[in-house]
Amino acid sequence: MDDNIILQLRNITKTYPGVTALDNVSLNVQKGEVHALVGENGAGKSTLIKTCTGAISPNEGEIIVEGKEFSEMNPKLSEENGISVIYQEFNLVGELSVAENIFLGNAIRNGIVIDRKKMIEESQKIFDQLNIDINPKTLVKNLTVGYQQIVEIAKALSKNAKILIMDEPSAPLTKSELKHLFKIVDQLKEKGVTIIYISHRLDEVFRLADRVTVLRDGEKIKTLDTAKTDVDELITLMVGRELKEAFPARENKIEDDILLEVNHLTGNGVYDCSFNVKKGEVLGFGGLIGAGRTELAELIFGFANIESGEIIYKGEKIMPQSPKEAIDYGIALLPEDRKQQGALLDIDVKGNISMAILEKISSYSVVDQKQEKEISSDYRKKINIKTPSLEQKVKNLSGGNQQKVVIAKWLAVNPDLIILDEPTRGIDVGAKFEIYKLINQLVAEGKTIILISSEMEELIGMSDRIMVLAEGEITGMLEKEEFSQERILDYASKTERESD
Amino acid sequence: MLQKPKERVIRMDLNKVRKYGIFIALIILVIFFSVSTDAFLTPGNLINIARQSSMLGIAAVGMAFVLLLGGIDLSIGSQISLVNIIGAWLMAKAGMNPVFAILISLTVSTSIGFMNGWIIANIKMPPLIVTLASLTILEGLAFIISGGVPIFGFPESFSIIGQGYVSFVPVPVIIMIVIMFIGAFILNKTYFGRYFYAVGGNEEASELSGINVKRVKYLVYTLSGLFAGIAGIVMLSRTNSGQAIAGKGFELDVLTAVVLGGVSITGGYGKINNVVAGVLIMGVLSNGMVLMNINTYYQLVIKGLVLMLAVGFDSYQRFVVASN
Repeated sequence: MDDNIILQLRNITKTYPGVTALDNVSLNVQKGEVHALVGENGAGKSTLIKTCTGAISPNEGEIIVEGKEFSEMNPKLSEENGISVIYQEFNLVGELSVAENIFLGNAIRNGIVIDRKKMIEESQKIFDQLNIDINPKTLVKNLTVGYQQIVEIAKALSKNAKILIMDEPSAPLTKSELKHLFKIVDQLKEKGVTIIYISHRLDEVFRLADRVTVLRDGEKIKTLDTAKTDVDELITLMVGRELKEAFPARENKIEDDILLEVNHLTGNGVYDCSFNVKKGEVLGFGGLIGAGRTELAELIFGFANIESGEIIYKGEKIMPQSPKEAIDYGIALLPEDRKQQGALLDIDVKGNISMAILEKISSYSVVDQKQEKEISSDYRKKINIKTPSLEQKVKNLSGGNQQKVVIAKWLAVNPDLIILDEPTRGIDVGAKFEIYKLINQLVAEGKTIILISSEMEELIGMSDRIMVLAEGEITGMLEKEEFSQERILDYASKTERESD
Repeated sequence: MLQKPKERVIRMDLNKVRKYGIFIALIILVIFFSVSTDAFLTPGNLINIARQSSMLGIAAVGMAFVLLLGGIDLSIGSQISLVNIIGAWLMAKAGMNPVFAILISLTVSTSIGFMNGWIIANIKMPPLIVTLASLTILEGLAFIISGGVPIFGFPESFSIIGQGYVSFVPVPVIIMIVIMFIGAFILNKTYFGRYFYAVGGNEEASELSGINVKRVKYLVYTLSGLFAGIAGIVMLSRTNSGQAIAGKGFELDVLTAVVLGGVSITGGYGKINNVVAGVLIMGVLSNGMVLMNINTYYQLVIKGLVLMLAVGFDSYQRFVVASN
């Protein structure tokens, strides 16, 4: 056994019903190194971290921290053994001071009285070590995101963290904050803290990490010395797989008419986006989580405020102020979060399908229930919604059928432009394929589709063109013959920061 | 795997309890009071219960709408008081024709309801606080207008609303039945009634489905104001005197009746016909307790327990379903 190994994961497997999140993953982390973890969305990085901290328990495998073997971790044990995580969402209380946050749940006490002075001193010591100038008395809510992150790091250090896991720490940071972060990581390394660094940005990986492990589809692909590899090799390893033939063939009927043109659209975290969609086209939106794809869709659908720019739809300038207005123009949005935004779980299948057309099928405010039943019964057959009856509450259906109900709701409106935001997330393969067929059928009928997807294969398999976003901006537009996972990933991780 | 069927049994039972339990409880109460007192099960007393329940029933329709939406309207009692005073003042002090006095009073309560709805929808204040503030403001207004003394001396014709009969059926009971019918019609037949359930179940999904959520909120609180106003007019006619404390605490009786009727306090679930049963239980309980000579203070304790029981069941049921 190598003494130098501080953390060892051995044969970790974690399965959820129908999904294998981690498949026999083994990983060695050496003392004092910066070890990067890379992989696409859903590759299993977060799950792996959570097994280290005990947030989830693996079905199989052991975690060995400094020679001590654990078949099951729990958050307390992992903290006692010096493992700390900086999550993307900070665990800070805005109304408390920096020092109080650092010692939250761990307060330095004098009898039953909190020793505020001592906590401030101790906090100051940690910041001094890091060469950071933060007043421990400041309220956390008054700090910028970058400094809040440093408070999180200080909190971990106050607990004598030996292994610091950072989950996408650079994601919320500005350019100058990022430099700060790099400096801190370097300093922590000098102090002998082992760091596991998760990032989508490969440039950071090469800047900071000694070694890098690539995960893909829940499997560990390889661990490499960063000195002996390059961006291209990493991307190839991350993407790896061949495109399976999971996508039904489609008759392309793209017309020359432009259905939707967006010029310099800004707002809702989206900056200066310009693009167009032709009638009958499937335009894919690619990018990482938080790249601004959903936010852009919300602008078009009237669910967020446009700050500047224009939307030209069917040759006319429109400014939808609410989803209702957008729907009246003939735009539909299948939201990302099926359970929270898409389906009305406590309402029956029939009521869900008719929800967006209720006013149209009402006369003198009274719903024509016969027509409602006919329409929902039609869609039930047409897109094969499996439900015992139309009166079944939607929460009792499977994920795929819930999604079909939401799709049926939008088809009933008869829109010209349908924005599908992660339409196949969390649904099984069979239902996925049916949704792909449906997309083909819709474009064959002359509808236009914007497809937002984090699944590369889906994006490449279904789109006619792919537009890639990163940090709220469009970073690339790919024609069909240019499609490749490498190129999409390249554009998706492209940031302005790279230029300096 | 083996545990699953078991959980489902519990859930089904709870659903059944929710559906029929209220009627069973009503029957048990009726039997209990029939056995314990001689005066309870007489035609005269039963009609009396219906008449006493009518105001509760009318206001309960509005409260049911509000709860369906996931809100609450604590100002119902004060609205009743204010309508009481305004109607009384217009007729007794300004000598106004009862029809106009009623119309003006109802306009006031409807506008107050709309204002509640507007504030809740636009300023995003919690309904509990908005309507609690309204409760206090309106109570104060009622005292200011009346000077704290009862107002009486209305035209003879006005008493029909609260005291008249059509054959053997009291007029207020007819009004209640009509309002309940309208309430059920709105919920079951109209598109906006469907929106109440949708918005109460999931506001964001409703908005993304093209529902104008704000308008739904305006409508619901406005209707609650209107129905509270009608209840206030019935009360005024029944007591023949306008009092600034006429509706004090009434909102809690209404709330209890509606929650007993199985309307979920977190919105999205409920039916008017069960609310009818909830109202009748409250009516039977009050009447029976009086007939049994139970001290008023004990009556309060019992009513409170009933509210806790009803809400407790609702919460427990949701907890079991959620943890499933």
